[in-house]
Amino acid sequence: MEMDINKVALLSRIKLDEEEKVKLQNDLNQILSYVEQLNELDIADVEPTSHVLNLENVYREDKVIQSEAYKEVLKHAPDIHGSYFKVPKVIEGS
Amino acid sequence: MAKELYEMTVVEAVNHNKDEKNVNELLSSLSKRAEKVNPKVKAYLNWKTEASEFDGKTSKDGKSLWGVPISIKDNICTHGWETSCSSKILKGYIPPYDATVVNKLKNEGAFIFAKCNMDEFAFGSSCESSADFPTLNPWDLERVPGGSSGGSASSVASDEAIVALGSDTGGSIRQPASFCGVVGLKPTYGRVSRYGLIAFGSSLDQIGPLTKNVEDNARIMNVIAGYDPKDSTSANVEVPDYTQTLTKNVEGLRIGIPKEYFIDGLDPEVEAAVREATAMYEKLGAKVKEISLPHTKYAVSVYYIVATAEASSNLARFDGVQYGYRHPSKDLVEMYMNTRSQGFGEEVKRRVLLGTFVLSAGYYDAYYLKAQKVRTLIKKDFDEAFKEVDVIISPTAPTTAFKLNEKKEDPLSMYLSDIYTIPSNLAGVPSISIPCGYDSKGLPIGLQLIGNYFDEATLFRAGYNYEQTMHWNDKKPSI
Repeated sequence: MEMDINKVALLSRIKLDEEEKVKLQNDLNQILSYVEQLNELDIADVEPTSHVLNLENVYREDKVIQSEAYKEVLKHAPDIHGSYFKVPKVIEGS
Repeated sequence: MAKELYEMTVVEAVNHNKDEKNVNELLSSLSKRAEKVNPKVKAYLNWKTEASEFDGKTSKDGKSLWGVPISIKDNICTHGWETSCSSKILKGYIPPYDATVVNKLKNEGAFIFAKCNMDEFAFGSSCESSADFPTLNPWDLERVPGGSSGGSASSVASDEAIVALGSDTGGSIRQPASFCGVVGLKPTYGRVSRYGLIAFGSSLDQIGPLTKNVEDNARIMNVIAGYDPKDSTSANVEVPDYTQTLTKNVEGLRIGIPKEYFIDGLDPEVEAAVREATAMYEKLGAKVKEISLPHTKYAVSVYYIVATAEASSNLARFDGVQYGYRHPSKDLVEMYMNTRSQGFGEEVKRRVLLGTFVLSAGYYDAYYLKAQKVRTLIKKDFDEAFKEVDVIISPTAPTTAFKLNEKKEDPLSMYLSDIYTIPSNLAGVPSISIPCGYDSKGLPIGLQLIGNYFDEATLFRAGYNYEQTMHWNDKKPSI
């Protein structure tokens, strides 16, 4: 199965230059043709495994805890406005 | 010749530190050692200098690791100390908290000595994909230390660490341990908390110790294993004292040797060493039999679908908004695309693209779902095997350490070097790599022991018995 590198790059939010596109498309097609070997197996009746432990969801009390952690966290932000992360304009117009 | 302080094991360091004044002497010796050997092996991104002092303010009473310096892989968060996953996108990121494992080690009186180089985001088997620099193998500086915990393994092997922590998603602790001649454990999935481990493949990742011997490994596991309310995937299963059963003999231990593991591509010298180790276990009273893990040959395919799918999802958070590198742009999507294009290295891009593809509409069933189903078959192979045996024995890697650049341009051949380690992660079972000899070039060979769920104790016992018979780890690289 061939992949459309432009579509996958957009979905991945990674900009690729032309040289990278050729190389990565080639690498990925090679890997995808290797994994074709899975088609040898009859797995129609096999249940998928997403996780090997039989875990159940963990709930906790919804308690208010005072935390000043956001101050330290904001120190790393590339751009802030008060206690908000600042990003380029998302909505067109206005 | 008297042993230098930096050569100490964890057990020796704890004894040494019984007199509190000795801690700074040990720290100074290790710093000097790092100053001397790190420019050669490049295992560390940074470390505590000689001038720094042990800042443990707590009393040493009852602390099992008081004053023991620990080196930490750079994908494990350390409060106040840069944690970058050896990636450009996280340069300058200083975590506002400690990972649970770091917290537990500190509570036992240990202190963080260094941050270890790694393949970027733990994507790699050679440490060459680090955005900083490749780490080298102390046994031969033209060779890789393995990966992705290459810095952790190389630092322990070159005696610039007493002990190191790594992480293992498809072999990233065991394969470098094998290449560098140290002991490395990947615990059972869920055994050790991953709170503060920067995620790669969430259904596969585990943190584990890289040490100079088996007893040290058991000591560290005593501290880091156990349930953590902050990690809902950690298992609420009792942790035994791993040091208690170490010395028990292996008489009657049932060992399985999987016939599917002795295949083309396995270096004859590695095979010979593993067969000799198996014979030694028989001599020590273990019962060895051939077993079958029939779906072994599909493991690499399953892994590179499941692991990249999970990675593409986990790495979506690196978008230039909250921390790390941001490429300035006027438009938000353009900012994401440029930030990730500049911030990620080639192997990260390759895996994120692959993972995104196998999860994308129209391909999900053909790749991701299929891989999850075959994963079930691989897990069942182990369930069946552990009805008959207590431990499975195999090579850790098909070869000894390869040369720099040898596999860098051929991702598939790099991926295939993890053929023996990947199945344990897919099934979730614990595995340990211990030294089992040297090839004709003098490079270390690793023996892998795979155990049943939550049975690390048996791996430690089997490993310890063999180690104390052979003493392969007495030999050190000359650097």
